[in-house]
Amino acid sequence: MANFYTDNPDLKHHLNHPLMQKIVELKERNFSDAEKFDYAPRNFEDAMDNYDKVLEIVGDLCGGLIAENAEGVDHQGASCADGHAIYADGTVVNLDACRKAGLMGMAMPRRFGGLNFPITPYIMAADIVSRADTGFENLWGLQDCAETIYEFADEDQKARFIPRVCEGETMSMDLTEPDAGSDLQSVMLKATQDEDGTWRLNGVKRFITNGDSDIHLVLARSEEGTKDGRGLSMFIYDKRNGGVTVRRIENKMGIKGSPTCELVYKNAKAELCGNRRLGLIKYVMALMNGARLGIAAQSVGVSELAYREALAYAKDRKQFGKAIIEFPAVAELISVMKAKLDASRALLYECSRFVDMYKLYEDIAKERSLTADERAEMKHYSKLADALTPMAKGMGSEYCNQNAYDCIQVHGGSGFMKDYACERLYRDARITSIYEGTTQLQVVAAIRHVTTGTYKALIDSYAAQEVKPELQALKDNLAAMTEQYVKAVDAVAAVNDTAYTDFMARRMVEMAGNIVMGYLLLADAQRNDSFVKSATVYNKLAQAEVTKHADFIANFTPDQLAYYKA
Amino acid sequence: MSLNIIVLAKQVPDTRNVGKDAMKEDGTINRAALPAIFNPEDLNALEQALRIKDENPGAKVTLLTMGLPRASEIIREAIFRGADAGIVLTDRTLGGADTLATSYSLAQAVKKFGNYDIILGGRQAIDGDTAQVGPQIAEKLGIPQVTYAEEILGIKDGKVTVRRRLEHGVETVVAPLPCVVTVNGSAADCRPRNARRLMKYKYAVSPSEKAKLSDEDQAFVNERPYLNIEEWSAAYVEADPEQIGLAGSPTKVKAIENVVFTAKESRRLDNNDEQIEDLIKELITNHTIG
Repeated sequence: MANFYTDNPDLKHHLNHPLMQKIVELKERNFSDAEKFDYAPRNFEDAMDNYDKVLEIVGDLCGGLIAENAEGVDHQGASCADGHAIYADGTVVNLDACRKAGLMGMAMPRRFGGLNFPITPYIMAADIVSRADTGFENLWGLQDCAETIYEFADEDQKARFIPRVCEGETMSMDLTEPDAGSDLQSVMLKATQDEDGTWRLNGVKRFITNGDSDIHLVLARSEEGTKDGRGLSMFIYDKRNGGVTVRRIENKMGIKGSPTCELVYKNAKAELCGNRRLGLIKYVMALMNGARLGIAAQSVGVSELAYREALAYAKDRKQFGKAIIEFPAVAELISVMKAKLDASRALLYECSRFVDMYKLYEDIAKERSLTADERAEMKHYSKLADALTPMAKGMGSEYCNQNAYDCIQVHGGSGFMKDYACERLYRDARITSIYEGTTQLQVVAAIRHVTTGTYKALIDSYAAQEVKPELQALKDNLAAMTEQYVKAVDAVAAVNDTAYTDFMARRMVEMAGNIVMGYLLLADAQRNDSFVKSATVYNKLAQAEVTKHADFIANFTPDQLAYYKA
Repeated sequence: MSLNIIVLAKQVPDTRNVGKDAMKEDGTINRAALPAIFNPEDLNALEQALRIKDENPGAKVTLLTMGLPRASEIIREAIFRGADAGIVLTDRTLGGADTLATSYSLAQAVKKFGNYDIILGGRQAIDGDTAQVGPQIAEKLGIPQVTYAEEILGIKDGKVTVRRRLEHGVETVVAPLPCVVTVNGSAADCRPRNARRLMKYKYAVSPSEKAKLSDEDQAFVNERPYLNIEEWSAAYVEADPEQIGLAGSPTKVKAIENVVFTAKESRRLDNNDEQIEDLIKELITNHTIG
């Protein structure tokens, strides 16, 4: 049986990034938990060893049980009966195994029963789980919602709900409605208070992943008469109290093991989480950022599977007397798949480290006031995380779809049949660039970091790092791409028209992404020779992409925008 | 009364992934070429033990293994999965044991352990495939044995109910405690290692491992009794030197042949159910399969 962690040395490479030292020290508050908890680490090496060994459990479970169940789960799918969602048999087994392995509430503090892992090793686990069963990653990954309770709920709520998540109860985030998808400001689900102050929820939620979960976070309109996001609050609904039924589940193209539910709330008792009116503008934004990072990880996991399936098939399949990988056209496809995989993974973990850094300072700020330096560092990383999250989700999910497409291409006619895993992962991949905000909406979130220069500053900081002489040519290329990028951004800015900037936004965000990922792979190659191949292949790809976008922008005149209107 | 469960386990070379260098010139197993693993059916037995523990709070699961000092690796593995403690029976004089000497040595260890309610073990180990050690231990201890167990259905009033997987069906039997139960590979897979337990117990060591640690790490282990894996010698379990190791093993390996399977005849079938069915019938009739 394969171990999806140990069979992939790239993961350990990313886990052992130099910034982890600081992340671990902040997370463990100088290892003070070791006195109170027998499973807390004694020092940095001990903590890193814990992550490594626990990821080995994740890899073992994923490479064995969960990957083996994936096909059956896809065929059987989730179903709905008597107002409840019913998991596929394999899903039930998977969840039970994850509970027994103690892999729920991984990032939660030990005092609530969690493993107190930083986001980075947790996200690595998500990457691994997704490779085994993409849809299962959703159910397992919704433990993320506990983070929102930890950040915004009161102490009593934390003490009541977080330990349950750590014990293995599942969660869901009930945000979207029939008329409120991407536009969450239009949420209508009504929250009203009884005379004794008890909150009651009434209305319908739609497209809710794992909507029959044990603990729900619900976005609802608590302020009567309001119409926008400022009238929305966040609630916790506990399934034990009843009042919510699953009316139907969606018949989906992929991730069939993950039930997507339509929920009916009838006087469902709920409790307010945090402050009224901050539901959308503060809490959902935080929730979404966590979820987007999760989807970025899910995308990388699918990319990994796509690459491996394609590689294995290309080595095995013989035509014209030799394995098809011997043919340059096939070899190129696979090299590019690996480069996209490595690029999106490098971006994923760069982003997760930034998220770790600022969230740790935020958490420490609850215990003591930060020094001026610490506050500055928190702001710095918060901004970078905000800039890289939509990029990692947007571009990572697009690469994941491209890899899934190419995986089928490598399989030829066989890939079109239901006989190979590539067919399933092609369907599973498709949602990654849609949910938790489409790629187009990721661009909307990312564009301000083009216009305000966050990406440029980050790129400059990468460019300031020395590389080995043999990597200098790649670095020079990246410097040239940066010039093209700056020129394009300046040209768009010069037009000084919002509609025009919006039109060019995706191109500019992608250029920035190409350069950022190019530098990240360069840094990976600097640390580890095994990345030289992908750093080079991606460099060529990035160069072509950046030039393509630069040309488009240079050759476009604002009046031509009229032809793009429907 | 809380139950005391012993699980017999063996660290074995992973014969499922045998390469060319799996055997030495002299026909013995080249242990260096094969990774050492937890014998698979012993993991099935461990799972049954842990289920008994789930059903009977307060029950204690102790892993007992005989082997090289490094067999403490499978003790840690078992503890990560939920076992409470472990004992490595290890001694130079125990080496080269056949099943008779092994079962004698383990039976002595069980006697030394004393107060036990049930002994579970895998049906057989993948390095020898004899399936003899469990039953022999039961005989030496003078207690009942249930072999080919697939599921322990419950323990009540000093009796255990076991479902056995036999060649042509299943059989449910009830046996008085204490007894020995050997578990089939068809039983439930063992639960995974638990992250919290792993982080808590990863520094668990046997005395011979502890001796190699730094003073600081030794002090760390000494402060935490749960990190100490017991190591027992032949003398400690009061084993008769004549009945253990090579001296106590009447089985002598005459020769071992390395058999390489080769295709002798091939036949081409058309892709239809009829021909495939005929072939399956033929293979069953001549006992190639089934």
